[in-house]
Amino acid sequence: MLEQLKEIERTALAALEAVQDEAALETWRVAYLGRSSPLMQVFSKLGALAKEERPVVGQAANEVKKALEAAFGSRSEMLRQAALARALSEERLDVTLPGRPIARGRLHPDTQILRELYRVFAEMGFQVYRSREVESDEYNFQLLNFPVGHPARDMQDTYFIEAEGRGDNPIVLRTHTSPGQIRAMREMAALNPQNPPPVRIILPGMVYRYEQVDARHETQFDQLEGLAVGPGITFSDLKGTLTDMARRLFGPQARTRFRASFFPFTEPSAEFDIECFQCGGKGCDVCGSGWLEIGGSGMVHPVVLQNGGYDPARYTGFAFGFGVQRIAMLKYGIPDIRYFWENDLRFLEQF
Amino acid sequence: MKAPLSWLNDFVDIDLSIPGLARLITMAGMEVEAIQIIGLPMPAPGSVDAHVSGLEWDREKIVVASILEVMPHPNADRLVLCKLFDGQQEHIVLTGAPNLFEYKGKGPLAKPLMVAYAKEGARIYDGHQDGQVLTTLKRAKIRGVESYSMVCSEKELGISDEHEGILLLGEDAPPAGTPLADYLGDAVLDVKLLPSYARCASMLGLAREIAAMTGKSLTTPNVERYTSPAGDFAEIEITNPDLNPRFVLGLIKRIEIRPSPEWVQRRLKLAGMRPINNIVDATNYAMLELGEPLHAFDYDVLVKRAQGKKVKIITRTARPGEKLTTLDNIERTLDESTVLVCDTAGALSIAGVMGGLESEVSDKTVNVLLEGAAWNFINIRKTARAQQLPSEASYRFSRGVHPAMAERGVRRCLDLIQAWAGGTAAPGLVDNYPLPPASPTIELTASDVKRWLGIDLEIGQIKSMLERLEFHCLLTTDQCLQVTAPDHRLDIGEGVTGKADLVEEIARVYGYENIPETRLSDLLPPQLGNPELDKEERIRDLLVYQGLTEIVSYRWTTPERESRRLLPTAPPDDKPYLRIANPLAYEKGFLRHSVLASVLDTAERNARVRERIALFEIGPQFLASEDSHGLPDELQRLAIVLSGPRTLPGWQPADLAPMDFYDLKGVLTALLDGLRLPEVRVEPGEHPSFHPGKCAKILSGEKQIGVFGELHPEVRARYDWPASFRTPVLAADLDLAALLSLIPAIRTTNPVPTLPPVLEDLAVVVDESVPAERVETLIRQTGGRIVADASLFDVYRGEKVGAGKKSLAYSITYQAIDKTLSDKDVAGFRARILRRLEQELGAKLRA
Repeated sequence: MLEQLKEIERTALAALEAVQDEAALETWRVAYLGRSSPLMQVFSKLGALAKEERPVVGQAANEVKKALEAAFGSRSEMLRQAALARALSEERLDVTLPGRPIARGRLHPDTQILRELYRVFAEMGFQVYRSREVESDEYNFQLLNFPVGHPARDMQDTYFIEAEGRGDNPIVLRTHTSPGQIRAMREMAALNPQNPPPVRIILPGMVYRYEQVDARHETQFDQLEGLAVGPGITFSDLKGTLTDMARRLFGPQARTRFRASFFPFTEPSAEFDIECFQCGGKGCDVCGSGWLEIGGSGMVHPVVLQNGGYDPARYTGFAFGFGVQRIAMLKYGIPDIRYFWENDLRFLEQF
Repeated sequence: MKAPLSWLNDFVDIDLSIPGLARLITMAGMEVEAIQIIGLPMPAPGSVDAHVSGLEWDREKIVVASILEVMPHPNADRLVLCKLFDGQQEHIVLTGAPNLFEYKGKGPLAKPLMVAYAKEGARIYDGHQDGQVLTTLKRAKIRGVESYSMVCSEKELGISDEHEGILLLGEDAPPAGTPLADYLGDAVLDVKLLPSYARCASMLGLAREIAAMTGKSLTTPNVERYTSPAGDFAEIEITNPDLNPRFVLGLIKRIEIRPSPEWVQRRLKLAGMRPINNIVDATNYAMLELGEPLHAFDYDVLVKRAQGKKVKIITRTARPGEKLTTLDNIERTLDESTVLVCDTAGALSIAGVMGGLESEVSDKTVNVLLEGAAWNFINIRKTARAQQLPSEASYRFSRGVHPAMAERGVRRCLDLIQAWAGGTAAPGLVDNYPLPPASPTIELTASDVKRWLGIDLEIGQIKSMLERLEFHCLLTTDQCLQVTAPDHRLDIGEGVTGKADLVEEIARVYGYENIPETRLSDLLPPQLGNPELDKEERIRDLLVYQGLTEIVSYRWTTPERESRRLLPTAPPDDKPYLRIANPLAYEKGFLRHSVLASVLDTAERNARVRERIALFEIGPQFLASEDSHGLPDELQRLAIVLSGPRTLPGWQPADLAPMDFYDLKGVLTALLDGLRLPEVRVEPGEHPSFHPGKCAKILSGEKQIGVFGELHPEVRARYDWPASFRTPVLAADLDLAALLSLIPAIRTTNPVPTLPPVLEDLAVVVDESVPAERVETLIRQTGGRIVADASLFDVYRGEKVGAGKKSLAYSITYQAIDKTLSDKDVAGFRARILRRLEQELGAKLRA
């Protein structure tokens, strides 16, 4: 009997070696572990054995059964793994094929650079103030200390709107966002005319100059001005603020340069340049001599403070302004300013 | 203004390099835009901001030489041979210069001609080619005579365009062999002068700034002569002192008209002026030197016109239709704001702008009357613009020249004329000075400087800085400076403005670069933020999240272009456009009435390069308004345009069906949802841009905040789409301000339910005319808070529901916060919903 069990185990394990798929495995299970399998026959014949033989054969039969079940389990797992490996290898993708295209939306680069500027200045306490694009001569020029007929007006070639009977106060497309300085100061001063609160704003917005368009000059462009008015604001604060801006935009090494200049609404006035980030100030194709001309700045002219409702004997202020596209062109390497408002998707899709 | 370095050196000793000088002047507020190098070493690339041009002369190869004899060429009549000494040896040099022919065959010259000599290998400009083309002198045989060097013209040396003959050096030329650069080497700085720097529009003015910035002393020309009692050779009548605050006349008799000395002509040319004759050149030279434009009259013409009476100069504005022929031989019609210099017989010249033809100095002039005057700069600017006469005189007068300069200019010019033309100046000047400018005294303290600049300076330092620029300073016992501006500048105001003006001068002398950089430490203003901008940016983000691309357009257009957004048969847009009076082109002449029109124009252009278009723009459109002092309304709008396949094509199957009304509605719904605007609803609309059956309006209460739909086929056809672009065009036009006003500042968030919901489908049959939106609204209203969601998942029309009917199938989520709903609970809600739908809309449960 024990011999027979050994033979059953040997035969079954040999047959299992040949099993290669789930169906054959099931056939094997029925044949060697099923109710009518030789092993089960041994169990059913146990009762007929002598009393002293019974435990020995029974134990041996159980061991064979365990061995066959274990072999079945591992064979089954092996087959499952083999099948999975086969399936996985068949499912191999060409991962270099393109992904499904997503129609990604884009913010206009002008919005992107403006947001960056808003963030930089918000952290310095400057809030955004916006005002109208079509202005009166009074707000665009006169209140900003450009008298009627003054040669300073030659610095800003102006678009006029056809309008009857306005004399020395025609309607113009604003040439700078500075009329907003007057509007903002007047709004703030109205809160407490005897003791107006300080002002710290940036003024973004579209401005217009009567100028032929080429790769570097636009006739419509976005400007960003800053205005800080308070009891103790100095030219050195102006320099520090613009240097901080330059470092935020162009890296912590950025340096600024201030040159004496003239603007009717500031005194003293300064042009400000940023050291070229391409060449580090050595001079290159982008900058020429190492410095990038960025914008104008200065201490708010006493006449302008007065017109805004701030007593120039008690308050000082600084103001600055620059072209937003100029910054975007430098930061994003945009070769032609005309790209901005042409809105060719082949340009916009690069952002 | 063009300033030759050699001329500046007359007044200040400049020991800076050319780049150093350019930087100093630029930093002080006078931007050096260009530098023309004449013979001197070229600045290293990148060492100056300015555009640099010109020619450096090799010190060994380009030298002063003397021509000892001019001999005929054996084989060519148009050439001569020069025997020349270059300081070391003699050479035979070939030239065709006509100005040597008079010496041909005269044997050895008693007085050798001093010339500029270029040796073999020298680099100069080619005199025979247009413009400036560099060439290197090489050995060659010309008509049988060996040639390896040459005598140069001004053009070949880069001094001027002159190539008629060779450059003959003046009496003061150094000996042969001297490097030419040591004698004629120069650099011309082209300086851009901003309006407040009018005082620097002269060599002396610029030199004064250089002296102040470098601490050197300034040498001024002597203008203290001819101060004897007033002259009586003419009288002056000024009718409007506001326009003509001062008028000065000088007289010089028995002059001889001839060319100016060679060095004078060279300086004038370097400064950008054409030499004429010694008299005109003297007026120009004095103007360039001091900044006061002068005018020379032929005195005898005026005497004749006075018909025996004393010459009388009258300044007045032009009479209506008055004409004058100016010295450029153009008869000009003058407007009534033009100021004229006249005599008793009529107009002589346009004040401060250009002289008249009749009284100008000619070859026959013997006696010269010299005018130096002061004019109102705003008036001169207006006249120069109206007559389109930008001149060296109007350049200066339209920026403002101090009246004190009139007298100095006349005196200086009389000296120059005497030196260059001989003659005798009449004793004294005739001077009418009715309106001297105010010369305010400004009080300045060290704390003023600290307040503006943030730097601590001693009052003594401040005083010496201002005195370097010739301000008159008086220090009072209480450490206050009483400052008056020098009488060559008009740009210093009074009171607090004057203080600011002085602070700028102190900053310039101190050096902007020496002022420290500090961080703002002043009071922060009230933090109000800009909620409108924040909301606007949120809208941009929500649209970009949905795959739309933002555009920003030019604000100008034409009515014709914009009218395309409407049906041809629609009533025209009859609101007046804001029209630009001076547009660059007609196409840029009108401010837009419609942001949507801008987005459609952009879509049209991009349809040539992309088949899928999804664009939006936020910005103003402009409408003329009666309010706000005649300024227009700037209405902020949001416009959207969609067209093309729903998804982008790839290598796998994709939904490439064209976007339709519901794609656009989906975008808008997501936008409104993202803005938390549940109260906004959509109703069928009508609009002359849209398909009548595919147009809707967006409402909040009774207020319309927008309209959207598919473009009417006839509107679509008004645009120039490429033939391949056939998809419907969807568009939306929203009132941004209205939208922003609806966005709540504070929102709420519902708790996430923890109990299981009951999901159920409900299909009802209604008449075709019932809007779907009504059904959903009633389901939600009736279900109240229990109906957490009701979404339409099928619309069916067909035999099964009968003609004129449609079946709407909703997936409804019933959800209670506080209990698990039973089938019985849900059945009750369902029955109520059905009853309500039946009562109000005649709906039937679909069997």
